[in-house]
Amino acid sequence: MTDLTEFKQQTTEWLEANCPASMRKIQIRSEGVFGGKQFTFPSDDAKLWFDLMVDKGWTAPQWAKEYGGAGLSNDEAKILNKEMDRLGCRKPLIGHGLWMLGPALLEYGTEAQKLEHLPKIARGEIRWCQGYSEPGSGSDLASLRCKAEDLGDHYLLNGQKSWTSDGDKADWIFCLVRTNDEGIKQEGITFVLFDMDTPGITVRPVPLITGESHFCDTFLDNVKVPKDQVVGEIGKGWSVAKALLVHERTMMADIEKNMPKPKYSVDDYAKNYLASDDNGRLDDGLIRDRLAEHMMRDSAIKLTQKRAFEEGMAGDFDMRVATIFKYIGTEEKTQKDTLITDMMGMAGAGWDNENFSVDEQTKTHEWMSNKALTIAGGSSEVQLNVISKRALGLPEI
Amino acid sequence: MPLALNEEQRMLRDTARDFLQDNAPVGLMRQLRDDDNVKGYSEDLWQQMIDMGWPAVAIPEQYGGLGFGFVGVGAILQEAGKTLANSPFFNTVALGAAAIIHGGNEQQQADLLPKIAHGEMRLALAHEESNHHKSSRIECQCIIDENQLTINGCKQFVAEGGNADLLIVSLRSQPTSKSAEGITLALVDPKTPGITVKKITMIDSRNYVHIDFSNVTISTDNILGKAHHGLALLDKTLDHGRICLAAEMLGGAQAMLDKTVEYLKDREQFGRKIGAFQALQHRAAKMFAELEIAKSAVIHALSAIDHDEDLAMVASTAKTLANDTYRLITDEAVQMHGGIGLTDEMDVGFYLKRCRVSIQSLGDSGFHKNRFATIQHF
Repeated sequence: MTDLTEFKQQTTEWLEANCPASMRKIQIRSEGVFGGKQFTFPSDDAKLWFDLMVDKGWTAPQWAKEYGGAGLSNDEAKILNKEMDRLGCRKPLIGHGLWMLGPALLEYGTEAQKLEHLPKIARGEIRWCQGYSEPGSGSDLASLRCKAEDLGDHYLLNGQKSWTSDGDKADWIFCLVRTNDEGIKQEGITFVLFDMDTPGITVRPVPLITGESHFCDTFLDNVKVPKDQVVGEIGKGWSVAKALLVHERTMMADIEKNMPKPKYSVDDYAKNYLASDDNGRLDDGLIRDRLAEHMMRDSAIKLTQKRAFEEGMAGDFDMRVATIFKYIGTEEKTQKDTLITDMMGMAGAGWDNENFSVDEQTKTHEWMSNKALTIAGGSSEVQLNVISKRALGLPEI
Repeated sequence: MPLALNEEQRMLRDTARDFLQDNAPVGLMRQLRDDDNVKGYSEDLWQQMIDMGWPAVAIPEQYGGLGFGFVGVGAILQEAGKTLANSPFFNTVALGAAAIIHGGNEQQQADLLPKIAHGEMRLALAHEESNHHKSSRIECQCIIDENQLTINGCKQFVAEGGNADLLIVSLRSQPTSKSAEGITLALVDPKTPGITVKKITMIDSRNYVHIDFSNVTISTDNILGKAHHGLALLDKTLDHGRICLAAEMLGGAQAMLDKTVEYLKDREQFGRKIGAFQALQHRAAKMFAELEIAKSAVIHALSAIDHDEDLAMVASTAKTLANDTYRLITDEAVQMHGGIGLTDEMDVGFYLKRCRVSIQSLGDSGFHKNRFATIQHF
C-alpha cells in the first residue's frame, strides 16, 4: 500500500512538472497523436509530451520494458490513468497498434514478433491499420475470401479489404486472409502482418459523409508475405481475430473514456441553445424528457462497467453481463449525439467554418462519424446475436 | 460507493432466494388472491421472515437491529420480487423504519425501532391523495393547537394501510402558496376515533385502503420530525421507498425474463423452437441488457442510502430505470408467450399486474424524469 501511495505521489509530481499546459486542454480529433512514419506533430508541445511519455514507457504503461512499456502493475496503471484524467493530460499516443494489435500480439505472438513490433508501437514509430472486412464480408466476417497462396517460404496475397481505417497513413497492416477454402469457414483463416510498402498494394481513400476519408479500400495484387509474419497458427487466425475484436469492442463500448474530455456536458447544450423559463426549466418538454432519460441511462451504463469490475474482484460476476457493453454503450452514445445535435437545431447541421464554431462543427461531425460506432467492430445486430446465444442460450437461427 | 455485494450481503441474498423460492412461490400469491385474503399476505410467511431477523436488517444495532443497511433490504426485496412474495416487510422497513430512523426523536426511536426489529409493529405511509404520485402537493390538513393536533382530510391508495399498526401521515399544517413549506409528518394509530378505513382491491391483490380523517385528534408527541418543516424528511422517506421498490421490481423483471427465455427454448412453431427466430432473439437480448443496467442504478442507489449520500438523483434514476425495464419485460413476456400469456393459469399476468401497480407507486417515469431535470436545473 505504501508503495502505491509513493507511486501515486511520484506520478502526480512528474505529470505536473512535465505535462505542458497546452497538452492539458481539450483535444480535437485532428490533434490526436497516431504516430507512424508519415505523422507530423500538430505542435511542438505535442512532440515534447510524446517524447517524455515514450521515455517513461507510459504510452503503453502495462507492457514489459523490453516491449517498450513501463511494466506497471494493474494498480499502478490505474493510478496513472486516474491522475492523467484528473490533471486533464492528453493521451500521448493513440491508435490501432496500441489498443488492438498490441494486446493480441502479447497473447498470440512469438517472442521474436513481440520484440520486433511492440517497441515500435509503444514508441509510435509504426502506425498500424486493420485488414478485416471485405466487400462481401462485413458482419459475416468469417466468409472473407482474400486469398493467400502457399509458395513455400511465403504467401502470395490477392484480394480486397474494405474500411481499412487510415490505410493511407499506416505503415503496417494486420490482416485476415484465407489459407484454406475447404471445411468450416472459420478454420481456413490466417492472421498475417505486413508492410504497407510491399509491392502490389494499392490504397484508395473512400470519402465519407463527414467529408473526411479516413477509411480506405485496400487492393492486394500478388503481395508477398513471409511466413514468419503469421501470428498464431496457420488456419487459426479466427481465434486471434476474435481476441482482438474483444479489445476493439471494449474500447468502443466506453469510447468517451478513451477520447479527450469534451468541453461541454450534454446538459450544457440545452442551456446554450434552448429557451428556458424563469426557473431555468426548458420550454421544450420533450427535449427535457429525453435529456433526463439519457443522463440517467448514461450513468447506469457507466455504473454497470464499474459494477462488473467490482463483482469480478469479489468473485460474484456473472460473465454473461460482459456481452452487453459494446451494444448498449454505442447505442446510447449515438442517441446522445442525436440529442445534442437536436438541441443545437440548425447549428447542429452546419458545415462551414465561418458561420459555425469549431465546437458546433465538431458536434455535427461527431453525430455523423459516430454512426460508425454501432456498425464497426460487430454491429449492434451482431452484438444482439452474441447476447442471445452466449448470455441467454437461445438456439442457433 | 461499492456496487458489488460483500460476503455477508451475498449470504443474505442467497438465504432469501432459497427461502422464498421454497416457501413463497407465485402459487402462494395466487392462493391468497383466490381466497380473497383481506391482508394480502400470509401470516405464516411473515412470522418466518421475522424469525429469520429480516425486519431487523436495516435497524441500527442499538435498537435491537442487525445494522446491515439497505443494501441488505434491497437484496431481500429483489428475491421477494422474483416470486411476488408480499408481506409487511417493504412498507414497514423501507418507508416506516426509514422515516423513524431519519426523523424520529429519541423517545420515538427507542419506542418504535425495537418493535419493528422484532416484527411486532407493521407500518404504512399514508401520503397519496390522488391517482398520481406527488411529493409535496398535500391537502390533508392538520391544525396544531398547543399540545394537540387535529387532522381532517383523505389519504388514498395507502399500501398495507389495512394491516398497519401505525400510520405515518403527511399533512398540510400551514396553508401556504408554496407547497414545499408547511408540511408536518405525524404518527397516527389507525384505531384513533374519527378514522374511517375503506379497503380497495387493486390488480396486484395486495392490501390497499383509502383513509378518511374526520376531526382526528392526537397529541403533538406524535409529530415525526419538525412541525411545518417535514418536507425534507418526507422526501428522504419516499426516496428510501422508491429505491427499495425499484429493487423489488428488478426481481420481478428478472423472473419474467428467465421464464420468457425458458419458454422461447421450449415452444415450437414452424418446425423449430421459437427462440431460434431472430425477431424474438434480439428483443430478448435487449431485455437482458436493459435489466443489467437497471440493476446497476438500483444497487448504486441502495449503496447511497447506506453511505448517507444525497438520494434524490439516484432514487429517481433507479425508479425510472426499474419502471421502464419492468414494463418492457412484462409486456414482452406476454407478447412472446402469445395467447397463453393472457390466461390466468400462467404466472405472466400476475407480474404484469404487479408491474403496473409498482410503476404507479412512488412515482412513474414521467414524475421522476421531471424531478431529475428540476434538480439538475434544466
